[in-house]
Amino acid sequence: MIRIENVEKSFRKLPVLKGVEVEMEKGKIYAFLGPNGSGKTTLLKSILGLVKPDKGAIYIAGQDIQKNWEYRRRIGYMPQIAHFPENLNVEELFRMIRDIREMKGDNEELVKYFQLEKHLKSPLKTLSGGMKQKVNAILALMFDPEILIFDEPSTGLDPVSHLKLKQLILRERDRGKTILITTHILSEVGELADEIIFLLDGKIFFQGTTEELLASQEEKNLERAIAKITDREEFEKLAKREQHTSAVSRLFHWVA
Amino acid sequence: MNNSLKIIKYTFYDTLRSWWAILYFMFFLLVTGGLLYFSAGFTHSVASILNIILFIVPLVSIVFGIMYYYNSREFALLLMAQPLRRRQLFLGQYLGLAGSLSLSFLAGIGLVFLLFGSMEAIGLLLMLMFAGTVLSFIFTAVALWVGVQYEDRTKGFGIAILIWLFALVIYDGLFLAFLFVFEEYPLEKAATGFSILNPVDLARIMVMLRLESAALLGFTGAVFNKFFGTVSGIAVSGFAMLLWVFLPLQSFLRKAGNKDF
Repeated sequence: MIRIENVEKSFRKLPVLKGVEVEMEKGKIYAFLGPNGSGKTTLLKSILGLVKPDKGAIYIAGQDIQKNWEYRRRIGYMPQIAHFPENLNVEELFRMIRDIREMKGDNEELVKYFQLEKHLKSPLKTLSGGMKQKVNAILALMFDPEILIFDEPSTGLDPVSHLKLKQLILRERDRGKTILITTHILSEVGELADEIIFLLDGKIFFQGTTEELLASQEEKNLERAIAKITDREEFEKLAKREQHTSAVSRLFHWVA
Repeated sequence: MNNSLKIIKYTFYDTLRSWWAILYFMFFLLVTGGLLYFSAGFTHSVASILNIILFIVPLVSIVFGIMYYYNSREFALLLMAQPLRRRQLFLGQYLGLAGSLSLSFLAGIGLVFLLFGSMEAIGLLLMLMFAGTVLSFIFTAVALWVGVQYEDRTKGFGIAILIWLFALVIYDGLFLAFLFVFEEYPLEKAATGFSILNPVDLARIMVMLRLESAALLGFTGAVFNKFFGTVSGIAVSGFAMLLWVFLPLQSFLRKAGNKDF
């Protein structure tokens, strides 16, 4: 569904993507992980056409996306921060995006699902952050696109809505969508991701399932595996301190 | 419907309902209303109204424009991820924004005229309306152009205000200094050229020459009238005004079209 070939991108001579190669298929959820500045956002933005790569190509459903804008009909995007025109109301915003996409889009069911019925006529500036985030999610989902991109979807959502969104994401996966997620919440990765794409220093360091990632780092816990990849030195220091504390506590235990 | 038109429509809805638009409308309603009410008639207060327009319209357009640009950056990201050409998106935003600013201005002045105006003043009123509208379109374009150049809000704001100050005050100061230094030489052509280069001056001259008091401008008035009063003069100044809209708009659209967001 999505093929990224040797994509390179620098910002003011600072290389951010250094030859990224990935392929993503239908019916899977891909979690993008990596330390800050590893190029996750730049890569997702390149897929959306917000950032133009210096080299390489991106194909969506076999179509080169360069100088193309119609492919975005296939994509639903939920940005990290929801920021809408202040003086429009929720309904008008839905209508606006519907007009632009020239698609009917079904938001009724989603509005009910996220319990936003009462707020349809409220100006967007009066909505709380979490409410806006729900609107944001509905905008991404209402046109039933083949590809869904979520940038930190849990930001600002209360636990119930977060749970609901996760269920929705899984449902969409089962309906054959290609889903891309960036997140800092590792439990979310465990629950949702079919594959992890780990970016490190502008390159794909690892692509595979969670189990494969754990096995490759000989760890049982995702957090530790990721810490190990990201900063080996720091990780070893931490591990040593951990051993030390457990030895001390064992000693105390024994004395007691 | 064309995609730009859709963006214009919603930008228009959004900005026209904002505090700013209402305040702006009220301002022109009260100030021009007050000036007309306390003076003998429309033609008598035109010079004062003109000065207020030349001062306020560029300022509000440039400040509101740049604020709008920075505030709508995140939303623009969402829109750019839709099946839409960037050019259509940004052109739509520009036209919606400049359109709603012009509408507030026109409604304020127009309403006052309906209340106090007379038929003989209609030519002057149209001239004022035209000058204000073109200035709105020019300075909104300049604001967006500055916004797209500078990621940093504070810097963008500072530069926008500087541009306004330059067009309104500094330019005239330099112009005067130039006239003073070269007073020995025939300066008619240079003076005319200088005025064309600044849209605020251009707007001022276009309205002033239609006032009876233009006769009081003496030699300058005569020179300007000789140029700006002729058909070719009107064509040149009209063209210069349009160029002032087109140039910043085009560089804004070009930059926004190729930028990484």
